[in-house]
Amino acid sequence: MSTNIVIENGRLICPKNRVDRSSTPLYIQNGKMAGIGEAPAGFVAEQRIDATGCVVSPGFIDLGARLNSIEAELAAAVAGGVTSVVVPPDADPPLDEPELADRLVHRGKEIRKARVLPLGALTLGLKGERLAELAGLKKAGCVAFSQANKTVVDTEALLRAMEYAATFGFAVWLQPQDHWLSRNGIAHEGEVASRLGLAGIPVAAETIAIGTIIQLVRITGCRVHLTRISSAAGMALIQRAQLDQLPITCDVGIHHLLLTDNDIGYFNPHARFCPPLRSQNDRQALSDAVVAGRAAICSDHTPVGADDKLLPFGEAKPGATGLEVLLPLTLKWAESANVDLPTALARITSAPAEVLGVERGSLSTGTVADLCIFDPEATWQLTPEALKSRGKNSPWTGYPMTGKVKATLVSGRVVYQA
Amino acid sequence: MYNPQLNKDGELTHLLSIEGLPKRILDQILDTAASFMEVSAREVKKVPLLRGKSVFNLFFENSTRTRTTFEIAAKRLSADVINLDINKSSASKGETLLDTIDNLCAMHANLFVVRHASSGAPYLIAEHLRKAGRDDIHVVNAGDGRHAHPTQGLLDMYTIRHYKKDFTQLRVAIVGDILHSRVARSDIHALTTLGVPEVRAIGPETLLPKHLDKLGVHVFHDMEEGLKDCDVVIMLRLQNERMTGALLPSAGEYFRHYGLTPQKLALAKPDAIVMHPGPMNRGVEIHSAVADGSQAVILPQVTFGIAVRMAVMSIVAGN
Amino acid sequence: MSAPNNAGVVALPDAEAQCRQLADLIRPHLSRNPALVGIHSGGVWIAGRLRELLGLTEEIGMIDVSFYRDDFAEKGLHPQVKPTAIPFDVEGRHLILIDDVLYTGRTTRAAINELFDYGRPASIALAVLADRGGRELPVAATWNTWDVALADGQSLVLERKDNGELAWRLENV
Repeated sequence: MSTNIVIENGRLICPKNRVDRSSTPLYIQNGKMAGIGEAPAGFVAEQRIDATGCVVSPGFIDLGARLNSIEAELAAAVAGGVTSVVVPPDADPPLDEPELADRLVHRGKEIRKARVLPLGALTLGLKGERLAELAGLKKAGCVAFSQANKTVVDTEALLRAMEYAATFGFAVWLQPQDHWLSRNGIAHEGEVASRLGLAGIPVAAETIAIGTIIQLVRITGCRVHLTRISSAAGMALIQRAQLDQLPITCDVGIHHLLLTDNDIGYFNPHARFCPPLRSQNDRQALSDAVVAGRAAICSDHTPVGADDKLLPFGEAKPGATGLEVLLPLTLKWAESANVDLPTALARITSAPAEVLGVERGSLSTGTVADLCIFDPEATWQLTPEALKSRGKNSPWTGYPMTGKVKATLVSGRVVYQA
Repeated sequence: MYNPQLNKDGELTHLLSIEGLPKRILDQILDTAASFMEVSAREVKKVPLLRGKSVFNLFFENSTRTRTTFEIAAKRLSADVINLDINKSSASKGETLLDTIDNLCAMHANLFVVRHASSGAPYLIAEHLRKAGRDDIHVVNAGDGRHAHPTQGLLDMYTIRHYKKDFTQLRVAIVGDILHSRVARSDIHALTTLGVPEVRAIGPETLLPKHLDKLGVHVFHDMEEGLKDCDVVIMLRLQNERMTGALLPSAGEYFRHYGLTPQKLALAKPDAIVMHPGPMNRGVEIHSAVADGSQAVILPQVTFGIAVRMAVMSIVAGN
Repeated sequence: MSAPNNAGVVALPDAEAQCRQLADLIRPHLSRNPALVGIHSGGVWIAGRLRELLGLTEEIGMIDVSFYRDDFAEKGLHPQVKPTAIPFDVEGRHLILIDDVLYTGRTTRAAINELFDYGRPASIALAVLADRGGRELPVAATWNTWDVALADGQSLVLERKDNGELAWRLENV
């Protein structure tokens, strides 16, 4: 059952196709985009959506969101305009068996909200020792393979895993973090950590890991996506690797584009992230890389209950809620980085689509109609009640957010309406 | 700017850290402590200031010494003192830190003295009390992780003031494991706030935090260089329990380079005083001859500590 | 009895003369070898004067009652606590407690409590320069040189001028 829908009076932005047209209708038929500006032949609208004052953009693709309680989190995703969610494999149990991937994808389809794109575990139990059944996991729906934020300590094991993945042309997603240099740290090793007496994680923990991974890519030819880059030096290494035409992409968590270690303030546990928030210089370099299109943005959505957050800084679980703040925070970043709306939207639509290698994240005729209709000027207050996610943990609680999703469509079906 | 230690009138309501306190408050504490020194010299070592008030010593990290001095100080203020040694296992039996606090508030606690292994724990408690509207309950930090030990910093300043009078003419050296030391951080903030022109940190690279210079400290790796013409030498305990990595090869090598011997002490001013927060590791950071020598003021530090803690508790409890 | 005149102004007497007056009142009672204890700050200055005028050799005691006040809960600890020093043994001694102004009686009560923490005196007499009435506790001065009524919102303050002379000042609170 698919309805013919016309979305009228909105500003259509498709970063991939360089479309930015105001007051232009968009036609949806059979769950796919059927036309922009001009109705396809014989089109009869069965549903009209008025997008006056709103932007109509491809649905956002989030390269990292944890779905602890899947129904609430998928509802949160579409409330945030996110139509595809890449799920790290570090749930409990880790996603290292094809049947678990099957179940997750199936459950996602049942719920019929955002698309669930699971990452399969690279190694069994994410222990970094024995390979998981990558081909089986792929068949069950995994889009790539990852260790979430756990490191493979044994370099040889990582080499073999990447060789194996390369055999099948599978991509490996890794968060670059040297195990030894990061295991005792809880904050960026810098002036703030020195002052506050917090064990530090040096930038070297990221650069040494990136260096190792780059060498392994050279050797194996495996395609690698580096997740949640946190430092200027790390970005610089990645840039050089990309100039060398190595198959390496990367992303940055939205909070790392806006916050620094100064935001720890008086030991605010909501400022504890993995990787840690780093210095102003690092933040600036991350922002520059995203502006230049060398990195995509993701939310790194990590719901944490109050019992696990309201603890002394070093004991609090890292991470913040992300799905419902991805849009307003991206707009906030765009303003401070002086980039226009289409460029900002590209970082959460076409750029993630490219990383995934999927035909989504654009308003191209014939592609599946995953869309977000949002008001870029509307403000709302971030409170626990305003969030559909079970994760209420955020350093922005109580702050005004600018940018509100009015409706979200997946496969041409309205899955969220404000 | 919001300061969680001060109330709306700018008066001290919690003591969490020396960093962020204006000089006038440090002076107030030191002056008040001087009055309490006299109380400790009397036959009846009590004043009725905190009569009827309950002081809860919440020690998540064991420390008989510090806890005892806080207990003595609270009792000399006529308070009722309840000691809670909460080891890790009972906390891990489900009750979070804030749950514990809520329970104790329900038992009419007026003042919490908190020692915790995690930097920032007292701030979490103070913020929780603020959100609950309980500005009548006060928190005194007895040491949180590596971050701060403000009463120790204050008693160290009291000691220096007692022997040297004028902070603005001094050269002070802090020697040892500053990376892991909350005492060192508190001392550094206190010294710079009180106007000490030259604060020096002496230790190997592995035991000094990065960016120490941003706190206004001159870093020395050569102890003989660093001790030259110092008026005050603060020795830190080499803390085995805090070192989680391969930071030092041996206590022996440490002592050879960074231990305070009579020969090294001679490089400081002839009337320099030697301080140590205790407990001392003789032969590791300090030679017995120095520890027992005429320049060491380590035992007076303990006496001053009770008066300083009485001052802190009576000031916050009244605000 | 000095009362405010029609303009609400009280004529202020000479504090130094009042000290001499107070000394005259006390002099007949020196056979018990009393020790003088002044309450900071005015009482300490007056005690110093009395010691000279009475020709006593023993050092005076000085008390700061901040730790014994009954308004700690409302007002907190006074920011400037001065040292308490009692250079003699209180046990069995006759003491003369000295203050500048006697008003509610609470300061006297606090001072008495504090003195008893030093030992058990044989007796305590109270000597003040001014009694402004308004007692809230059953306290009376043994010796007083001036009964005065103040208007609401007025306060009597003893100060020491640069040349060391003691003088009264009227303050509006």
